[in-house]
Amino acid sequence: MRIFLSLVVLAVIAVGIGKTLMEIPFGEDTTNVGGYYIQSGRDDTGAANIVTSVVVGYRAFDTLGEVTVLFVAAVGLGAVLAVGSASGRRRDVEPASLVLYTGCRFLFPLILLFGAYIFIHGHLTPGGGFQGGAIVASAFLLVYLGCRGRRIRHGWSKATESLGGLVFVGLGLLGLTAAGHFFLSNYLPKGTVNHLFSAGIIPIIYVAIGFKVGAELAGVIDDLVEESE
Amino acid sequence: MAVYVLCMVLFCVGIYAVVSKRNLIRIIIGIMISENAVNLFFIATAYRIGGRSPIFSPLTDVQNMVDPLPHALVLTAIVIGLATTALMVALAMRLHEKYGTFDIAQIRELRG
Repeated sequence: MRIFLSLVVLAVIAVGIGKTLMEIPFGEDTTNVGGYYIQSGRDDTGAANIVTSVVVGYRAFDTLGEVTVLFVAAVGLGAVLAVGSASGRRRDVEPASLVLYTGCRFLFPLILLFGAYIFIHGHLTPGGGFQGGAIVASAFLLVYLGCRGRRIRHGWSKATESLGGLVFVGLGLLGLTAAGHFFLSNYLPKGTVNHLFSAGIIPIIYVAIGFKVGAELAGVIDDLVEESE
Repeated sequence: MAVYVLCMVLFCVGIYAVVSKRNLIRIIIGIMISENAVNLFFIATAYRIGGRSPIFSPLTDVQNMVDPLPHALVLTAIVIGLATTALMVALAMRLHEKYGTFDIAQIRELRG
């Protein structure tokens, strides 16, 4: 009965979505604004990566909201796991072997460097703050899996996260004062396209997002690992 | 068009898991499948025939680029999906700690 009902629900959803999907052309322009971004995105924002110019240039306010959603989810996770977590029931974990331990310690700075490269070059190459932050968090995940017993300090992770958010909002607010522009306007010199120091505030904001996302996801991993031990 | 139908099938697989399964972990996996189906659909709508990735390069002049807007939306949606999944898993862990089971039918009976 349960399966029958769920199949009926699925059929309704499938018909509803399917009728809409048949109207959407595949492989053609579906939005008018996409063509505008491609044509003038490079001149408007100075970023060679058009996806970055949309994320941190045209739709930066939207990105601020999404970063806030991420922050709220991370805080909620911490709150859910912190309530009623009995201290002192942590069991002793078996230490990792020397090869695993040394390998993880060797790889950790390299992964951090790779993540930093990804978010520093977000306006030039594929990548950006979100992807680089995820790579940075994966380095911490490696340490948690390989060198068990090692922990990040919560103070540092919270401080990094807060600093990243503050830089994002602060740079955006400066845009209000600089030359009478709007929130998150690109007021720094754009420079030459395809150079590292170009695109105004976009690389700075992406680096801030990278630190923030990396610290948040590392905190999420820390909370989950702490709970499961 | 076949790509859209594939996304819809994937979405329905996820919804089926959410509606019919009773294990919380399977429900969470179903939500993740639906979420990824939506992301895939967004990327599919961005595609243009013969389009290249929307990144300008100093050496080559790319003419036909895919739509960058859905890429930008999905980019953040993936990271947020990761955080919300972690939140769901944390809530499931708390429920398992309190009731000793992941079965939502049993959790409903044990209420109180």
